[in-house]
Amino acid sequence: MKDFIIPDRDMGTPASKSDVMVTLNVDGRQVTVPAGTSVMRAAAEAGIAVPKLCATDHLEAFGSCRLCVVQIDGMRGTPASCTTPVAEGMVVHTQTDEVAQIRRGVMELYISDHPLDCLTCAANGDCELQDMAGAVGLREVRYDAPKNHFAQRTATGPNPEYRPKDQSNPYFTFDPAKCIVCSRCVRACEDVQGTFALTIEGRGFDSRVSAGMGSDSFLSSDCVSCGACVQVCPTATLVENKVIEIGTPEHIVKTTCAYCGVGCSFDAHMRGEEVVRMVPSKGGKANHGHSCVKGRFAWGYATHRERILRPMVREKITDPWREVDWDEALDFAATRLRRAQDDHGKNAIGVITSSRCTNEETYLVQKLARAVFGNNNTDTCARVCHSPTGYGLGQAFGTSAGTHDFDSVEDTDLALVIGANPTDGHPVFASRLRKRMRQGAGLIVIDPRRIDLLETPHMGMGMHLPLRPGTNVAVLTSLAHVIVTEGLYDEDFIRSRCDWDEFRTYMDFAADPRHSPDEVEKLSCVPAGLIRQAARAYAAAPRASIYYGLGVTEHSQGSTTVMAIANLAMMTGNIGEPGTGVNPLRGQNNVQGSCDMGSFPHEFPGYRHVGDQATRELYERIWGVPLSDEPGLRIPNMFDAALAGNFRGLYCQGEDIVQSDPDTQHVTSALKAMDIVIVQDLFLNETSNYAHVLLPGSSFLEKDGTFTNAERRINMVRRCMTPKNGHADWEITQMLANRMGAGWTYTHPSEIMEEIALTTPSFAGVSFDLLDRVGSVQWPCNEAAPLGTPVMHLDGFVRGKGRFLHTEYVATEERSGPRFPLLLTTGRILSQYNVGAQTRRTENLAWHAEDVLEIHPSDAENRGVRQGDWVRVASRSGETTLRAHITDRVAPGVVYTTFHHPTNQVNVITTDNSDWATNCPEFKVTAVQVSPSNGPTDWQRDYRSHSDLARRIMQTAAE
Amino acid sequence: MPSTPQDSVFDSDSQDRLDRIIATHAGREGPLLPILHDVQAEWGMIPEEAQPIIAKALGLTRAEVYGVVSFYHDFRDHPAGPHVLRLCRAEACISMGGDELADQICRALGIGWHETTPDGRLTLEPVFCLGLCACAPSAELDGKLIGRADAARISRMVAEVRA
Repeated sequence: MKDFIIPDRDMGTPASKSDVMVTLNVDGRQVTVPAGTSVMRAAAEAGIAVPKLCATDHLEAFGSCRLCVVQIDGMRGTPASCTTPVAEGMVVHTQTDEVAQIRRGVMELYISDHPLDCLTCAANGDCELQDMAGAVGLREVRYDAPKNHFAQRTATGPNPEYRPKDQSNPYFTFDPAKCIVCSRCVRACEDVQGTFALTIEGRGFDSRVSAGMGSDSFLSSDCVSCGACVQVCPTATLVENKVIEIGTPEHIVKTTCAYCGVGCSFDAHMRGEEVVRMVPSKGGKANHGHSCVKGRFAWGYATHRERILRPMVREKITDPWREVDWDEALDFAATRLRRAQDDHGKNAIGVITSSRCTNEETYLVQKLARAVFGNNNTDTCARVCHSPTGYGLGQAFGTSAGTHDFDSVEDTDLALVIGANPTDGHPVFASRLRKRMRQGAGLIVIDPRRIDLLETPHMGMGMHLPLRPGTNVAVLTSLAHVIVTEGLYDEDFIRSRCDWDEFRTYMDFAADPRHSPDEVEKLSCVPAGLIRQAARAYAAAPRASIYYGLGVTEHSQGSTTVMAIANLAMMTGNIGEPGTGVNPLRGQNNVQGSCDMGSFPHEFPGYRHVGDQATRELYERIWGVPLSDEPGLRIPNMFDAALAGNFRGLYCQGEDIVQSDPDTQHVTSALKAMDIVIVQDLFLNETSNYAHVLLPGSSFLEKDGTFTNAERRINMVRRCMTPKNGHADWEITQMLANRMGAGWTYTHPSEIMEEIALTTPSFAGVSFDLLDRVGSVQWPCNEAAPLGTPVMHLDGFVRGKGRFLHTEYVATEERSGPRFPLLLTTGRILSQYNVGAQTRRTENLAWHAEDVLEIHPSDAENRGVRQGDWVRVASRSGETTLRAHITDRVAPGVVYTTFHHPTNQVNVITTDNSDWATNCPEFKVTAVQVSPSNGPTDWQRDYRSHSDLARRIMQTAAE
Repeated sequence: MPSTPQDSVFDSDSQDRLDRIIATHAGREGPLLPILHDVQAEWGMIPEEAQPIIAKALGLTRAEVYGVVSFYHDFRDHPAGPHVLRLCRAEACISMGGDELADQICRALGIGWHETTPDGRLTLEPVFCLGLCACAPSAELDGKLIGRADAARISRMVAEVRA
């Protein structure tokens, strides 16, 4: 079976990228490898395993264990094969009497300071030390070491060298007694993750792995629990608690992480239907064997006791839930939806697709609206995050997606990061960027807050433009001003790839003195000198890339900012080659996919307008029903229509709009005004407090399908276990559709993908078979690019000529004033994900148990707020309370918080301002006042009491 | 003078003193070791609280600084007495009676390795080779080398500095 795959073999050292090939002879076998390859890897390529302990292909060679020594003709002594590069004509002997004796001697020393409790050890069967003892033929240990690190007691009392296990991290255990000090963990923390949380303390016999300083534990150290150290540890020193608890896995299923838009590939190590551990796939093209704390460890929510496994219905939202069977729930839902349409018209109901579900599931949900409801009332959470990206990049370049793959970061000379916090939001990408920064790439951050990326250990040039929230367009246009007035633009590129006259007009616009750094300093509070420096650095870098996040899009001028970004890239020629580009860091695992799959009310899959007759006819033919050519309602319009009484029913799959959408009270009133709200989710959530039907959803571990990540990469999701709720999400949508007369007959998601490929030109070549064969592809994937397209706009823009759009700064209506003198901006943190529905149900709470308000010391002092105090945050829309964290990471006048916990409901205070083009809400700027407080606000209390009421489940008699 | 409790070695004005030390090494290549030497000269030890501050200033992490501090035996995690006697424990000195000499000195001072005399005046440290093998056994008192050391001579010198 293709799902059951033997783990990738460890080749010992990383692959060389050289295109010069070298042929050598290893143990009588000819092998040809790229120059720069180690002898160890060359041997592995020839199928010969050289014993090793400190080497792994995740890490650069280190040469410390002395087990991999070999003999090479014409070379003196016994060089380490991991650190010796191959040479043409080299003759290598990996097994001679001499090296056999050395290896056995080395192993004897290792084992003399290692406990021999193999049978009861957590790494039993999965221990490289054990394997190597076997490989070198170790039969006795002659040394009776006077001192050791593993025995708790000696003959005379406690062993002063013994240190107990460090179990401070909730997911893994550090047992110093098992450590052979190979430094793999320290090197993984440095080279792969880039956190530098680990070190080797002391020296000689006293050398030990230490997290942080002497007084630190793993939890108190800088460790971000990415697990890279656990993955590379050859013994049981660093091991997942689940492995300790369960034992070794027996099969592997390759799948894709369901957290952020990086879309890491994972090997799910299974025992039966139970996940033992998630190990990032070495062959994963987005993550290359790395992961973060969420993907690797925080999947326990899938089996959390709070998961809803049976459908539930109720007449009114104040009634307790009644558990029913699937038939009754679906009939109830279908009948009410049809009744709403009968009473209030065809357009009275709609859907919200999920950016957490697969492409296939999203496709079905929008098809439900278009083909079964007969309207285009479909929208998705991308509305509230990256809709301006779709619009802005579509206008400038012709495609609504990032231009490059993540691998491109390895070639960049300067990264301009705008309104994104990659170390927390997109950690695996951040690790790759940090690696490039350690190699010398520069960094410019435009963000109100001093993000962690600016504190990267061993980084080179870093610049921070701490702008006032809401002034993105002004600052970016000012960068353009410097570039055009100082003649730093790339004329050749513009003449060949864009319209020169159009650029000249833009140039006149940007050169206007109102865009000069000195003028913009007054608006943005960014020193004019810094703006100039940043513009010069960006223009001067041979290959400069832009990475941006929600700090760009979630503004009233989100789309304009995206266009300003596109302008900067085009005028400096930073498009179309590796290391350059414009790359949105998309939030959710499948937000790119949900946009691609036609979740928007005006677009069919593949971004084709519903008014486009050819496309509509295509779908009418395939689906066999007439389709509406009128764009449907966007999420905010649905709410407005609901309050006006025209929109009466909603099918909401896998999105918690009450918590994630702005101006919570507006959202909840709209939901209360509907006749039928159907929520399909893993858990009761804030939205389900207002729902009449709850259809239990399935987790990513329980279904087949595909996710599309931020680099347009379509990755396979594979079923690891039977859905605990009985059905995968696509089956539930199909059952609902069929209750409404759809007559769908899909038996597997691969059939849905066939339909997508058949109807969507950019997906024409995609099939599950192709993905099984090649792992993943980046759309467009069609006849012209059968294996996908890593870098777009190589020789020309998709739309033809790149387009320069004028980017006039218009201040948001959300301004600070005497009543609300501070600007609130929101963001994320590493250990929690989005509304936290998943991560709050994992041990990740160890790192972030509540949302806090970051406030500058001077603002705090003015208000008499001390560290950890409860504070009230009030805006024009509402108020909430949370604890204050005093820090100078935010500038005076700016406060910052996260929105992972429902009790604080930060979106109670965000307003209904939104992007002019796409209605993407302005989450990132809200004028607020902060004052000391004693506890929860009235709203929080009222909300809690409704929530408690709405979550009651009626006890049913056992059948 | 009342003895200072160990946890307050790094007090409120220490931050300024540390910042000044770091500033004097700004722009220098490989500034960590010189900074650590100055810190030890200032506080008689490397306070743990200083390590994250040094790390931040140099673009390192506290783990890295701790790795360096703990690697070198001469960087202390608690202050020594004002006078330090070091006895060589390496092969040449051992072969010339180093063990016996060490036993005699320990007995005479009434302390063991890494310990400080009850009056707080003198700390005894082992050292692995002072580069004075030709004159083994050797010792070092307050940075001054002593060749062909014997218990009587060392005791006399120690008595002088403790006085």
